[in-house]
Amino acid sequence: MRDDTPAVSCTGLSYSFGQTKAVDGLDLTVVSGEVFGLLGPNGAGKTTAIRCVTTLLPVPSGMVKVFGYDAATEQMAVRRLLGYVPQQLSADGGLTGRENVSLFARVFDVSRRERAARVGQALEVVGLADAADRLAATYSGGMVRRLELAQALVSSPRLLMLDEPTIGLDPIARTSVWEHILAVRAATGMTVLVTTHYMDEADQYCDRIALMHHGRVRALGTPEQLTDDLRARLGDGSSPTLEDVFRDVAGSGLNEGGGEFRDVRRTRNTASRVG
Amino acid sequence: MTGAGDFDLLLVPPRPRTGWRVLPARVTAMCVVELQKLRHDRTELYTRAVQPALWLLIFGETFTRIKVIPTGGIPYLDYLAPGIIAQSTMFIAIFYGIQIIWERDSGVLTKLLVTPTPRVALVTGKAFAAGVKAMIQAVVVVLIAALLGVSMTWNPLRLAGVIVVVLLGSAFFSCLSVTIAGIVLTRDRLMGIGQAITMPLFFASNALYPTTAMPDWLRYISVINPLSYEVDALRGLLLGIPSDLPLDFVVLFAAAAIGITAASGLLGRLAR
Ligand SMILES: Nc1ncnc2c1ncn2[C@@H]1O[C@H](COP(=O)(O)OP(=O)(O)O)[C@@H](O)[C@H]1O
Ligand SMILES: [Mg+2]
Repeated sequence: MRDDTPAVSCTGLSYSFGQTKAVDGLDLTVVSGEVFGLLGPNGAGKTTAIRCVTTLLPVPSGMVKVFGYDAATEQMAVRRLLGYVPQQLSADGGLTGRENVSLFARVFDVSRRERAARVGQALEVVGLADAADRLAATYSGGMVRRLELAQALVSSPRLLMLDEPTIGLDPIARTSVWEHILAVRAATGMTVLVTTHYMDEADQYCDRIALMHHGRVRALGTPEQLTDDLRARLGDGSSPTLEDVFRDVAGSGLNEGGGEFRDVRRTRNTASRVG
Repeated sequence: MTGAGDFDLLLVPPRPRTGWRVLPARVTAMCVVELQKLRHDRTELYTRAVQPALWLLIFGETFTRIKVIPTGGIPYLDYLAPGIIAQSTMFIAIFYGIQIIWERDSGVLTKLLVTPTPRVALVTGKAFAAGVKAMIQAVVVVLIAALLGVSMTWNPLRLAGVIVVVLLGSAFFSCLSVTIAGIVLTRDRLMGIGQAITMPLFFASNALYPTTAMPDWLRYISVINPLSYEVDALRGLLLGIPSDLPLDFVVLFAAAAIGITAASGLLGRLAR
């Protein structure tokens, strides 16, 4: 008996940093159970949108709902449903993998009786059982990402939010992170909202995607729908990629868009910390 | 690869704690993390012991000999020891904000802010975590002082009082630091401000000399300096010399409460 309350709904979501309109009238509905990708170049406003949904950034009431709970007025209820992995690598290097996950078990009120077993399962699921008692500072970038996934999973969230989970990782680590995300999704049926600027990932792993540019959704649908629509419109027998769809709606390619200094610097920072 | 293990437990969300139970649970969580970190890396513990040791060994021993500071008849080294406990735990607390900014930059804090933890509970947790560090420091200084022959109480009730005083004091100073962090937002600026205020707080208190020996203007400052009340309480508890314990506790409680309120109000700014 699945109810059809959307996992996330944003209506006319806007957020500005001073003069910068980071998110500018975003309308978005994530259906319960799907893997939804927010795809866009650096500076498109993906992270800001995610942070509005997580209650990190203050939004007016009525704009953002998570499983029907208002992100402005029912923050605690929203947070209980969320597992959040931010864009930066956020595991604490001064703690072991197990201690990192344990902290999140504690702050999500996992009972003492269940804690050790639950933490163990979360580490097992992401393939870190063997490395669990090493300091996270010794982990590779891909391992840190999987550890963060375990931190998010230990509270059994209904909505997993991942902000650029594969940024700066090598192809093998990228694939491994995605395989774990999908395996967990298959086993638990949780909803996944993920941002990325890698077109191939969105294409390959997401049920539906929204193309985001300058704070707004420019196109929305399954990867096939988006490319099929463009193919029909072009009508010249070519087979367009998501990149072409993006170019079509935004007027520039994914890699040429946005990218002020601070965005580039941030991306580099993350990439080099993953290194 | 995956699917090998069972993950039945991960299918059921934990039952939320509600009401007053949230606060102690979060405080425990933050303190546990602090202790785990200290267990993995003890360097800070050792380097932090150097300064207070020097204060007691050099400043303390010298001024005990020349007897210029009116201590009410007890050896200056004894008089100084509680002051150095308060000072060195204050230093730790004041720079705790830097750790908070580091946690913000690295995403650790960001993630904690998205857990079902009210801001006040998070700040209180962090304040007590800073207190855990301060308490270990206090034990180290007490041991150094004991080695140097300072005769302090071993009465468990009084020692429990000492723990409360150190906790409240570092709760205030760490929240002061988090409050400043919430205003200035960067590590460098906080570092500068931290360095600029620690010495004045130290000198404008009764840690080194009694307030009766101060010029009037300095005495007025020391009256509004929570460190003075912390020192007064520690002297009363550890050495048994006359002090205004009820007033000290009231002031320290109030200071900690104000600090936690201010820091909770500004914590959100660090998340943006
Ligand atoms: N904390 C901040 N302060 C000021 N401007 C910001 C901040 N975070 C993001 N921005 C700006 O908002 C816009 C969107 O950024 P962001 O949401 O990080 O995009 P994305 O995640 O898609 O790369 C960019 O122009 C960026 O410079
Ligand atoms: Mg981003």
